[in-house]
Amino acid sequence: MTRFASTSLAAAGLLAFLIFWEAMPRLGLINPAFLPPPSTIPPAFLKEIRIGVWWEAVAASLSHYIAGLAAGAGAGIALGLLVGMSHIAEAATAWIVRLLRPIPGLAWVPFAIIWFGVQPEAAVFIIAIGVFWIVFFATQGAVRSVDRDLIEVAQAFGFRSGWSRLTKIVLPAATPGILVGVRTALGQAWMAVVAAEIFGVHGVGARMMQASSLLSTDIVVVYMLTMAGLYGLFDTGFVALQGWLLRWRP
Amino acid sequence: MAEPVIDIRGLSLAYERDGHRNVILEGLDLAVGRGEFVVIVGESGVGKSTVLRVLIGLARPSSGTVRLDTRPGCRTPMALVFQDARLLPWRRVVANVAFGLEGSGLSRTQRIAKAREMLALVGLSDYADRWPHQLSGGQRQRVAIARALAVDPDVLLMDEPFSALDSLTREGLQDELQRIQGETGKTILFVTHDIDEAVTLADRVVVLAGSPGRVAADMAIDVTRPRRRRDGALLDAARQLRAELSGRSAEL
Ligand SMILES: Nc1ncnc2c1ncn2[C@@H]1O[C@H](COP(=O)(O)OP(=O)(O)O)[C@@H](O)[C@H]1O
Ligand SMILES: [Mg+2]
Repeated sequence: MTRFASTSLAAAGLLAFLIFWEAMPRLGLINPAFLPPPSTIPPAFLKEIRIGVWWEAVAASLSHYIAGLAAGAGAGIALGLLVGMSHIAEAATAWIVRLLRPIPGLAWVPFAIIWFGVQPEAAVFIIAIGVFWIVFFATQGAVRSVDRDLIEVAQAFGFRSGWSRLTKIVLPAATPGILVGVRTALGQAWMAVVAAEIFGVHGVGARMMQASSLLSTDIVVVYMLTMAGLYGLFDTGFVALQGWLLRWRP
Repeated sequence: MAEPVIDIRGLSLAYERDGHRNVILEGLDLAVGRGEFVVIVGESGVGKSTVLRVLIGLARPSSGTVRLDTRPGCRTPMALVFQDARLLPWRRVVANVAFGLEGSGLSRTQRIAKAREMLALVGLSDYADRWPHQLSGGQRQRVAIARALAVDPDVLLMDEPFSALDSLTREGLQDELQRIQGETGKTILFVTHDIDEAVTLADRVVVLAGSPGRVAADMAIDVTRPRRRRDGALLDAARQLRAELSGRSAEL
């Protein structure tokens, strides 16, 4: 199929979906309060912007997202490198990892609220936990599969300390694998944002819960699409960054 | 022989595997004089690479001594060119060549200048900003040679550096290596299993044979440089070396 044909088909598919969605409530087949027709979404969106709620909610969520991502990815990369490079660290943490790893991020919500209150820190914490595990395992795996031959090159040129092995060979060689983990975490973290905010931390998730309790489902949809859009934006940006960082690859 | 730069005495090396002791080298003696081009030949698996790995510090001998008489203050007495170029794929060519200079106290500008000088020496000035994957096998191997020369080692160790290349490229690089040695006066310890390559390049060919491996023959190649490939004297030397090697394997 040509590029043009597949693009047209994709657009036609989306259009059909929107028409179907519009028709269902309009034909009275579904209560519009349960499923708002798509034509009501842009006005709802504009209204949210006009009253200043949209920016505020998105800014709050983005700050949780970015802080959680940075903390989780930072810790995941650091510990992944340590455990990947040191057999002692690997052995020492093996059972701790086994114990903690299966605990879903959301199971930390009670502690997040006890420790941080219903505050941004609680959301950041929950997001960071989910990101941490993904990035930790990706990093550890990437470090383990670093080409031994290249480490020998560093040794042959007199770079024998753990630190120079890390900075000259392990980190650059593991970067592709680490970035794959971070990209997965990018999506995972959005889920955690909503989940964390549904418990009341100010942001998109909280706004959605508030709107749904008032049966303002059009506003709920506005934020669902907002999240889809933001995720798309971040993912596209990240793929560009990834391509630039890995421009050395064939 | 000129006063030796490398003096290996009674070198033995064994690997333990599943409680089984596998002796690779035993009682190996080898001295390399300053400015000499010594080629080690021997069958695959006899321990040629192991000798170089001991010298560069990638393998630890079970017993024996290695005496180095390097220039005072020389930070990198030896540099190794591997069989596969082993360039770092995330560094551009010039940064690969500058690799060994990091931590030498040179500024970044000085390191890059030195790397460019070495690239000129191996004829790759125009490739400084390429990525390694954009080079041919022969070019990659030249970059590896430039990387090793950049640290200005007393001895250049080369482990079958041309064996993965097609014969035309290989002969080109052999000529180039002789020119580079002429220009730099480097001591070179070169490993190969190719007899023609050995006699073309060497001042002295050392035959490693047996299990465990030891020096079975040591033959000077007294042919003036620049050498013409398949020159009569070289062919004689090659024939003699072949007899030496096949005689050895007949004995075993
Ligand atoms: N790390 C190692 N552990 C166990 N055996 C090894 C190791 N490295 C090399 N050997 C063995 O040592 C022998 C000599 O290897 P090598 O020096 O690479 O031979 P060559 O370079 O002459 O082909 C081979 O039999 C090889 O299997
Ligand atoms: Mg070998």
